[in-house]
Amino acid sequence: MTIATHAADAATDPVRDRARGGAPAGAGGSAPAPRRRRALQRREDAAGYLFLTPWLIGFFLLTAGPMLFSLYLAFTNYSIFGKTEFIGLDNFARMMDDEVWWGSVRITLLYVLVGTPIKLLAALAVAMLLNYRSKGTGFFRSAFYAPSLIGASVSIAIVWRAMFSTGGPVDSSLRIFGIDIGGWVGIPALILPMMILLAVWQFGAPMVIFLAGLKQVPAELYEAASVDGAGPLGKFRNVTLPMLSPVIFFNLLLEMIHAFQVFASAYIIGSGTGGPAGATNFYTVYLYTRAFTNTQMGYASAMAWVLLIAVGIIAVIMFRTSNSWVHYSGDKR
Amino acid sequence: MSATTVDRDRTATRTGSLRRRRTWTTVAWVVAMVALTAVILYPLAWMVSASFKPTAEFGANQAFLPENPTIGNYFKVLEGVGGVPLWRFFLNSFILASLSVVGIVISASLAAYAFARIRFRGNGAWFAVMIGTLLLPFHVLIIPQYMLFRRLDLVDTFVPLLLGKFLAVEAFFVFLIVQFIRGLPRDMDEAARIDGCGHWRIFWLIILPLIKPALVSASIFAFIWSWNDFLGPLLYLNSPDNYPLPLALRVFNDQTSSSDYGATVAVSVLALLPILLFFIIFQRFLVEGVSTQGLKG
Repeated sequence: MTIATHAADAATDPVRDRARGGAPAGAGGSAPAPRRRRALQRREDAAGYLFLTPWLIGFFLLTAGPMLFSLYLAFTNYSIFGKTEFIGLDNFARMMDDEVWWGSVRITLLYVLVGTPIKLLAALAVAMLLNYRSKGTGFFRSAFYAPSLIGASVSIAIVWRAMFSTGGPVDSSLRIFGIDIGGWVGIPALILPMMILLAVWQFGAPMVIFLAGLKQVPAELYEAASVDGAGPLGKFRNVTLPMLSPVIFFNLLLEMIHAFQVFASAYIIGSGTGGPAGATNFYTVYLYTRAFTNTQMGYASAMAWVLLIAVGIIAVIMFRTSNSWVHYSGDKR
Repeated sequence: MSATTVDRDRTATRTGSLRRRRTWTTVAWVVAMVALTAVILYPLAWMVSASFKPTAEFGANQAFLPENPTIGNYFKVLEGVGGVPLWRFFLNSFILASLSVVGIVISASLAAYAFARIRFRGNGAWFAVMIGTLLLPFHVLIIPQYMLFRRLDLVDTFVPLLLGKFLAVEAFFVFLIVQFIRGLPRDMDEAARIDGCGHWRIFWLIILPLIKPALVSASIFAFIWSWNDFLGPLLYLNSPDNYPLPLALRVFNDQTSSSDYGATVAVSVLALLPILLFFIIFQRFLVEGVSTQGLKG
């Protein structure tokens, strides 16, 4: 189920083939066999790259090419208008002095590092609740999944904004408890909780993956734990968590990378201004503003590469530390 | 009373209490689930209810249901914004989403077949590259892509939004179909190979019919993601005639939200409606697709 094992899987295929193709003739015994195998391999290569042509064009034209070009831009003062000059590390140096940039880093990191764990905890808790019974869960599973499909849309951002505005349902229900804060949208400190709630609301996608993982935990392990006198908490710590750790790893990695890129909700809730007081100025919103409102594309490219490197570092740290906390059971595929 | 009857009595009461406890946990479970569903679906219910509130009731009537329900909001939004009628935005969104589906189904299934079934040299390396693009933040690409399409004079057309779909740029879809093809038994295509079928015929006659379920989930995701996409249209489309719904919604929101909540919420409902219908019809397919492929939506 993990990507890594599949990549490794696929990687062995051609190697095995080449070894087979290059080996001295076995069953055939005569000289023509390897030549025929080589011809066969060439035909496989031709077919492979033919089928892969659209993807390869897309990869070079829309992914690899732009990626390298944006690396180049990061060292220039490129803007749609005016002359482009190579300015070395100036963009990165300016970033360090850019308080707005630091603000966007702070708010994005808080969003990722606080929001993602809460979202995953909610996903795991509800998945375990659902897994508690085997029948009659279909409806709930679908209902809980629905927000994941629509949560990032402009419609939901608009609704979220309306729900948290003065006199909206959140405000009026808080007032029942004597808490009168009015609309959240105008208060910078409350934008982040509002955005995190929106993210947590979309817990359905990781929940479905957790649920699939929970279904694969062998029942014998729980029985064995019971025999050893483990209570529900002990079973959770010693059976569920280790067995589920590959799925937790997968969800954590994808959700974090996803969270770094939040855009539409922040843009709509802040009306594209990043306000109030920079509270909706998430990293991608600021990047967009720099690139397309101020047309400082060199600077924005440098920002994009900082994001890429940050995401890369997080991924590397996760893969490096995964040995100590991700438990792969014996079935090597 | 003999010892055995006492024993039997005891086991009887024990199983009885066990059954009772099981009933109680079931009841507690159902109550918890229903409560959770209510909380999670509340924003959607609120949205629908609010779209029938006259604008004057916003902030004033804090009850869930409107006091004087009206469909006026819906009539008002049919006019659209900036002189462009609402149906135009729907049409644009629909064209974009349908062409995305076509592009992704064709290009992703071709690439997926190559990765899953053709033993060409470099398969493993390219596959790893493809998976790598899955983790790549999209924002690194937007500036050069924008410059490219500007140079080609394609800004304010649908091409920049669709080209990537026809070139399998979104690795999610390729991966989803690769996973599905790998799950298929190989005997059919191996038999066809022995009979002298080339890869094209195996793909077209054997694999393609077998991967229909994966293509259906890919299509649904492709449609919904395109329908919801905001950043792409925001980057490339300038004239209101070309706006898909998310951009139109944003204009609505910026222009009227303070003065006309009702209308803004009504447009939001209309924009979500096709997706919610889609979801209700295909929910099994979607949720199962996500859990078996091990990828998120």
